[in-house]
Amino acid sequence: MRPFVYERPASVSAAAAIASRFAAEGVPPTEAAAQFIAGGTNLADYMRLGVAQPARLVDLNGLGDRALRQIEVGDDSIRFGALVRMGEAADTGEIKRRCPMLAESLKFAASGQIRNMASLAGNVLQRTRCEYFRETSWPCNKREPGSGCAAMEGFNRQHAVLGTSNACIATYHGDFAQALIALGATVEVEARRGMRKIAFSRLHRLPRDTPNVETELAPDEVITAIEVPLGAWSRRSRYVKIRDRESYAFALASAAVALDMDGDTVSQARIALGGVATVPWRARAAEEALSGKALDDEAAEAAAEAAFAEAKPREHNAFKIPLGKRTLVRALLETRDMKV
Amino acid sequence: MNQAAPAPKENMGNPVPRIDARLKVTGQAGYSADLPTANMAYGALATSSIAKGSITAVRLEKARKVPGVLDIVSVGDMDGIDKPKFGNTGASSIAPLHDKAIFHDGQIIALVVAETFEAAEEAAALIRADYAEETPSAGFDSRGTEMEPAAGKSPLFKEDVKAGDFDAAYAAAAVKIDEKYSTPTQHHNPIELFSTTAVWQGDQLTVYEPSQNVTGWKAELARQLKIDPANVRIVSPYVGGAFGSKGPMTARTAIVAVAARSVGRPVRCVVSRIQAYGTQTYRAETRHRIRIGANQDGRITAFAHEGWEVTSRPDPYVVGGTSATGRMYDYGSVLTHVSLVHADRNTPGYMRSPPETPYVYALENAMDEMAVALGMDPVEFRRVNEPQKEPIGGKPFSSRSLVKCYDQAAEAFGWSKREAAVGSMRDGDWLVGMGCATAIYPTAAAPCAARVRLTTDGEVRVQCGSHEIGTGVRTVAAQMAAERLGIEMDKVSVEMGDSALPPAPVSGGSISTASVCSAVLKACDAVRAKLFAAAVAEAGPLAGSGNAKLEMSQEKIVADNGKSAKLSDVFKTMQIGAIEEYAEFAPKGSSPEALKKLYAGQSEFHGGDQDKDSVKYAFGAEFVEVRINSHTREIRVPRIVGAFAAGRIMNTRTARSQLMGGMIWGIGQALHEATEIDKRHARYVNRDLQDYLVPVNADVKQLEVILVPEIDHEVNPAGVKGLGELGNVGTAAAVASAVYHATGKRIRDLPIRIDHLIV
Repeated sequence: MRPFVYERPASVSAAAAIASRFAAEGVPPTEAAAQFIAGGTNLADYMRLGVAQPARLVDLNGLGDRALRQIEVGDDSIRFGALVRMGEAADTGEIKRRCPMLAESLKFAASGQIRNMASLAGNVLQRTRCEYFRETSWPCNKREPGSGCAAMEGFNRQHAVLGTSNACIATYHGDFAQALIALGATVEVEARRGMRKIAFSRLHRLPRDTPNVETELAPDEVITAIEVPLGAWSRRSRYVKIRDRESYAFALASAAVALDMDGDTVSQARIALGGVATVPWRARAAEEALSGKALDDEAAEAAAEAAFAEAKPREHNAFKIPLGKRTLVRALLETRDMKV
Repeated sequence: MNQAAPAPKENMGNPVPRIDARLKVTGQAGYSADLPTANMAYGALATSSIAKGSITAVRLEKARKVPGVLDIVSVGDMDGIDKPKFGNTGASSIAPLHDKAIFHDGQIIALVVAETFEAAEEAAALIRADYAEETPSAGFDSRGTEMEPAAGKSPLFKEDVKAGDFDAAYAAAAVKIDEKYSTPTQHHNPIELFSTTAVWQGDQLTVYEPSQNVTGWKAELARQLKIDPANVRIVSPYVGGAFGSKGPMTARTAIVAVAARSVGRPVRCVVSRIQAYGTQTYRAETRHRIRIGANQDGRITAFAHEGWEVTSRPDPYVVGGTSATGRMYDYGSVLTHVSLVHADRNTPGYMRSPPETPYVYALENAMDEMAVALGMDPVEFRRVNEPQKEPIGGKPFSSRSLVKCYDQAAEAFGWSKREAAVGSMRDGDWLVGMGCATAIYPTAAAPCAARVRLTTDGEVRVQCGSHEIGTGVRTVAAQMAAERLGIEMDKVSVEMGDSALPPAPVSGGSISTASVCSAVLKACDAVRAKLFAAAVAEAGPLAGSGNAKLEMSQEKIVADNGKSAKLSDVFKTMQIGAIEEYAEFAPKGSSPEALKKLYAGQSEFHGGDQDKDSVKYAFGAEFVEVRINSHTREIRVPRIVGAFAAGRIMNTRTARSQLMGGMIWGIGQALHEATEIDKRHARYVNRDLQDYLVPVNADVKQLEVILVPEIDHEVNPAGVKGLGELGNVGTAAAVASAVYHATGKRIRDLPIRIDHLIV
């Protein structure tokens, strides 16, 4: 690990100011000289591996604003302070009851120790675990733009089948983000020039030709809150995660499903897919396929087909297409059968 | 879940808690890399990013500029040092820093020494090498590998066993199968990282390193450094997981010693988990072809097992599990052949039951297929083929309780409730399957020395250069002394893990309990003999009881004529404060040089299939239930039951713990574990515990270990069969059989994953 300067500002504006001082034109936050750290469960790992090399760490754990650490459950929304730890949110009874999908997406992620450390904002910004990205001696367009992609023809069992490009097939591994994109969440960010809100669905960028640019954020923008709208659908919601072992493993495929039902008919479905795409993935085609339909096996299967119509398999990850479809079918049927 | 401390049955010792349990769980036990030594400098390795070729230049300029860097040992800096050798004590003949040749991914190209660990790591990350790169061969199916018959290439694998006329018997068989199986690359990933700390005092070198073979390493390190072995000491008081990986010494040990001599300071090098994948050993991938022919009544008439194993370019590492699979059942005729495939990989090495894990997996998966082909119950099929004598040499088994193991495990598991038809059992959305398999592990022992001291206060000290690798050997050695000398456990201390102690063999091959306890027993008996002689002598407290049978109990010598004498009184008459006895144990059949070799760090194993009079194995039977989701096909193991018979059980708690750990590892081998290789570059890809999956607690729901009583006086004086490597043999086949039972899909390639079942 390279030496770095460590700062622990007391306010969001001070944190943003430090980051702003070290920001450079055209350099995304993940390559900036000054980077924010909260739980450190992802960044510290990548610094030790030499993947991330910030010269300066701006520790957000000293920020004084209490709202950053609070969860507010209102009648029609949940507001998470950015520094709320995954574990706290997962264990909040009100969230489990009002929106099971949110709690499940957190509970099924990582390990107890990591959930106790990792912040919610840091969690949604976690970077891919692609093995070739993690090891600096491999070419990687995400880590070293233009160097190539070793995963494309390499060992790519855990890689994405949706949202891929010719430059990158790295999976976005997060779980919580799938719930957020399915539920139409918003993130609030703050910089010296002011605050803005970003629809969660616009936060992450597809890899396209610039997989190194992962989000819409500027290097000096601090996420301060995540807001999730609640509605009739949130109680009837689930997060189904399929993995190689029972706990502490990334999703091979997952599905976040929330259903607004009118009797047996789906008024509106909210669906996101994890473990199979390069970014948090809202499955709009599947949602549309279900809209106004009675949710039986056939309808669920048709929705799953629609969700993966554009999927592109590589040598070792072709199984993710049938697995992803069946995961969605299972999630749809289980969500339909929930007693709410 | 059964109890951690099972009540002892016949021929079983008490479930005494580990004597070092509290030290370990409170962080008081000092592991090699914890041991404080003043004035420490820190080392970090730089490793190759190619698998084949040669180094044209190593670029050290940037690394040297990192503040705090003291020295860098790189290619050419090992002049005057002898190269490592491949063998029992040496992991590989590959000699990084001696040669410019690159034999595998992750080969050491430099060691940075700095004032701090952080500086050493930072500098090591800045080292680059220029290579003349060649296209590597990753393993099976790669171009450019070299294949050769394995027999005779290693002293551990002398021949391909055979019996009778396989071809004729197989041709005539009424029912037959001919199938191929494979097992993947696996790395040990012990939680305690690999490390070397080298401390020179004048010409005396002390190396602190987690080791399963301190006496062997002392000899090998002295050879490489060309110094007198008397000047080398290896210290390894505790080992945090080894599984074979800390058995053979790797090239790093001498490199760190050279660096420490060069900087004139102690140097500690802790290897990162990632770097361990290339700088240590591993279990190489294997392939198998098995043919079984049988009569309609289920009696096997023909068995053929061909195996292929990957190894490095220069070293013929071979496991050759056919010697066990060829003796497992009453086959009639046997044909085996093992081949080595040399590829551009680091040299593999011992990993928990090295031959049996892959080879018995293939055999037992095939046995289940054969049972299906015959329409027989898999347990009944094994019962029908239970041998009276092993089929290769016609020798008897010293003891064999396999059928008892099957009976007891089947009963506890509820095998009779299994519905035989494939896919017939279901619980809601979950398909249920049940399978079983046999576990086998050869029973061996090796020469071992021990020193036992008993004081007039009843304090006992046992000294033996064996190794506490987590098995509980310190505890069972203490139990043996406590029992023999009639002293309470809390008055017994045990010193191990130091080459300055009486030499012990490598802690491998499940020989430690048998070898160490036999030596401790012998030393204790010598102490007893002295005490007994003094007690019954004319001036002794038991004068006149010369013909009585004497025992030691509760710090007394007790005669069967009702008389007894306090230990302290016997010492008083002897006018001494302590008796100390040094004993050497050599198993039956040992060569005349066996003990001499012990002191030179060479372990001569006896037992298993090597003895003239009988073959010696421990056996077990494992039963597994799997559940597979009918939609998404993830595989879970809610229940596993194993019954094992292994001669005298010294301690039911530590024995159960070993077997339980083995069975859990077996679940991992079945469903989780594999080192993935980028075939284009012959490089390991998933080099940490994030991507290299092993079972977590949630993966192990109900696990039951049954210890089946067995008495075997033939194996060794302690009557003990090793069981450290028994538990993880066969498990993967039981899981594969259960997966077949649930789904009708026979998966022959490990690990069994969703990938296999979803399409």
